[in-house]
Amino acid sequence: MSEEAAKIGLEVHCQLTALKTKLFCGCDADYREKPPNTVVCPACLGLPGALPVLNRRAVDFALMVGLALECEVPKVASFYRKNYYYPDLPKNFQISQYDRAGGIPIGTNGRLKFAAGKEPRTVTIRRIQLEEDPGKLHYAGTIDTSAFTLVDYNRSGVALLEIVTEPELNSPREARFFLQKLRSTLEHLGVSDGSLEGAMRCDANVSVAGGSKIEVKNISSFKEVERALTFEAMRQRDLVKRGGIVKAETRHWDELRRVSVALRTKEEEQDYRYFPEADLALVTIPEHKLEALRKALPELPDARKQRFTRQYQLPEYDAEFLTSDRSLADFFENTAAVYPKAKPIANWLMGDVLQCLYSLDVEISRCKMTPKHLAEMLTLIDQGTVSVKIAKKILWDIFKTGKTPSNIIREKGLVRIVDAEVLEELIGKVFAENEQAVRDALTDEKAVNYLVGKLMEATKGRADPALSNKLIRGRIEKLKGAPG
Amino acid sequence: MKLETLPALTLREKIRAQEITATDCVLAALERIKNIDGKVHAFLTLTREMALERAKEIDGKIRGGQPVGALAGLPIAIKDNICLDGVRTTCASHILENFTPPYTATVVDRVAREDGVVVGKTNMDEFAMGSSTETSYFGPTYNPWDLTRVPGGSSGGSGACVAAGETPLALGSDTGGSVRCPASFCGVVGVKPTYGLVSRYGLIAYANSLEQIGPMGRTVGDCALLLTVISGYDERDATSVNVEARNYLEYLINDISGVRIGMVQQLLGEGTHPAVEKNIHSSAEKLVSLGAKCETVSLPTLRYALPAYYLIAMAEASSNLARYDGLRYGYAAGEEGLMWHDAFSTTRQRGFGAEVRRRIILGTYALSAGYYDKFFLKAVKVANMVRLDFLKAFKTFDVLMAPAMPFPAFKIGERIQDPLALYMSDIATVPVNLAGIPAISVPSGFTDGLPIGLQFMAPPFREDLLLRVAYTFEQNTPHHAVNPPL
Repeated sequence: MSEEAAKIGLEVHCQLTALKTKLFCGCDADYREKPPNTVVCPACLGLPGALPVLNRRAVDFALMVGLALECEVPKVASFYRKNYYYPDLPKNFQISQYDRAGGIPIGTNGRLKFAAGKEPRTVTIRRIQLEEDPGKLHYAGTIDTSAFTLVDYNRSGVALLEIVTEPELNSPREARFFLQKLRSTLEHLGVSDGSLEGAMRCDANVSVAGGSKIEVKNISSFKEVERALTFEAMRQRDLVKRGGIVKAETRHWDELRRVSVALRTKEEEQDYRYFPEADLALVTIPEHKLEALRKALPELPDARKQRFTRQYQLPEYDAEFLTSDRSLADFFENTAAVYPKAKPIANWLMGDVLQCLYSLDVEISRCKMTPKHLAEMLTLIDQGTVSVKIAKKILWDIFKTGKTPSNIIREKGLVRIVDAEVLEELIGKVFAENEQAVRDALTDEKAVNYLVGKLMEATKGRADPALSNKLIRGRIEKLKGAPG
Repeated sequence: MKLETLPALTLREKIRAQEITATDCVLAALERIKNIDGKVHAFLTLTREMALERAKEIDGKIRGGQPVGALAGLPIAIKDNICLDGVRTTCASHILENFTPPYTATVVDRVAREDGVVVGKTNMDEFAMGSSTETSYFGPTYNPWDLTRVPGGSSGGSGACVAAGETPLALGSDTGGSVRCPASFCGVVGVKPTYGLVSRYGLIAYANSLEQIGPMGRTVGDCALLLTVISGYDERDATSVNVEARNYLEYLINDISGVRIGMVQQLLGEGTHPAVEKNIHSSAEKLVSLGAKCETVSLPTLRYALPAYYLIAMAEASSNLARYDGLRYGYAAGEEGLMWHDAFSTTRQRGFGAEVRRRIILGTYALSAGYYDKFFLKAVKVANMVRLDFLKAFKTFDVLMAPAMPFPAFKIGERIQDPLALYMSDIATVPVNLAGIPAISVPSGFTDGLPIGLQFMAPPFREDLLLRVAYTFEQNTPHHAVNPPL
């Protein structure tokens, strides 16, 4: 199937979750799981007479992101009002930034380098801007079936950084890699924890074969992004194939039905009537402040990846993989601090550990397994106390219970049997229970393996495989040599 | 001795000297209100119990020899667009008819900290949009000098309250003249401070780049007292300026020798009532006789100030009033089965009066795609030019003068049917708000028994000059001592 190239641009809304308070008031920025409408004040409720006051640390965070994304940073930035009515927006306008009509956002014209698989790519960042999050709407079921809508303003006023790219992404897959790199960058900066629900949300612009640009809104998570973009690109290609014209419009991504639905045509496009926010002063950004932030920037993913290849002698693939997620990279380094061999750690993390996380649907920063656990397990393997196969089983138990490998081994009696005497006794039992197989083993190699398997079964996998093999073959040889 | 005719500064001396008690003072105010507010309708809400309780507390402190604040025992009226925790604040609108704010405005906090006693909330034009207090949802306020006439607006309630002797002090707000206009029409003193001098936290916004809360009183001294209490940096208002706090009572100096006063050409002449014109000129002569130098000065961009003001104010209003949708507080249309946007529209259509709806629609238009540059942006550019014109004039003059209003109080109903005619009355006051400079209106005479107000304007943060010139004028003229016949 020949595919017309897609042009994809993203508008990513990232909560600056590391801030203590909201963007324009002193309310707690940590609103998750709190009783509704309890983390609010006159300012973030938009009560008559209330005024916004800028959280200066949010500006610092935004500048750090601007520096990390190589943006041009102005000497003075401004806040503008984006006017529209919606029940989740208490003032019926959002304090945001704008890059036209005299508005000056906090960063423009940057870039983000990432790897789409093996291919190195760079995408231009058109602008980054600070703005406040609206509240949250809740339905009983879906927006179509619910008899009512509930509004919770706990989230209203939380600091968002909107990051807008040029439409330079070529496929939904690329978009996924881009977002991963963006999230890793923000996490390495220490300004946002992308694993929190709703911390990173995305709107996308998709056009296929140079046609009209479609905006897709309401993509709630990174997982959904690739799905939504794939659907939308396909929808547009199909339409064109059937002789239709893709008209510029805004569409809404329906997560449950996995389709995009038309929301607004270009003619009905919202006019936000942007104008300066007169309740806030201009934000001055002196050169020395920018320099100080630049000097204090933490290690970013690319630099960390290079360091991983140098310091731990890891192959580039491993280094790239591990640093694509800050928590994963941190876990790696914390394990490497107490266990000497980097490659086994990397292998386990990229393989079985990731599988466990995925199956149990838990984040590595919040799972029960710790770097100490992993280090201990690798040490036990080195010492021969457990086989790799048993270790993989133990991993699940660690994830489920949080107990140390040693404790699990002890409780479940999983220590590897390397005592020949013990094994000989067990072999005796196995031979007694499998007389036919023993006779077959005199001539057939497969039967020997069968017997080894039976020993493993009897010892629940604890029998040392090499020793088991040696002892069983020894006995078979003896039987071969015995008369009659 | 009629307490209601005494200036606040005199009253507070008597209270401190224990000649009268705070409770006496507050009771007298409440009595006066009871007797005449039926006719004047200056108040929308009275806080009688709270006021008497506070007065009792203050009396306790005074008797016990403890220190009390600068406003100890003085009754004060607050315009109903300024929030007071637990007390209904309506902006004279149906849409906030039963709104009770859960917090208090900074200026009211400061008044309370200085032991001022709030006795009630005053009537105003709805959401401060108007120059006559006729757009109030609760009916107009009546001018104490002639009850068939308007008291001015939008702080008409505060102006009438002070003029009628209901309280010696009041707070109003001035977006395009809303303190100076009622001061002029009611024959009292009103100050619009420099933008940024007084905190707007708790002031329900109409046009947030233009407005300031300002003191109103019977004398310049009383305004200086209240201004001292309410002004100063507030970290809850990002537009409040961190200048050194001042005691404005220090500028009550009866001496203007050598002060250079410029009479603004564009604010006299065509459209000005002949009695007002005559009054301004004779006031100028008076000032010269007191040692000042007076000349005319031309500020050519002022002829664009009025349309620029209205474009900016309406545009900002369309955004500032967007929050009133009935969802979280205030009036809601309450019909079942409406989509949320229809519910919002219906609530706003029914909750807002005609003038408010007019300004919101015009303001929305001025900001809309395709019109932003032509209207709003251009208006902002004009505002900048107006400011530059003023700053240029202040290189040659210490203060500028003009009438506060081009005519005395008009009859109720006379102008309200013709919005443009009403807007034109702001011609002498709006340039000040565009430029962000301070201004004051002081009583300067009468025509047919109706007060005329003289306006002085000063450079940014030069309220000291304003007060000195106004005080000198006041001390050497008899007008401030005349009281309405009520």
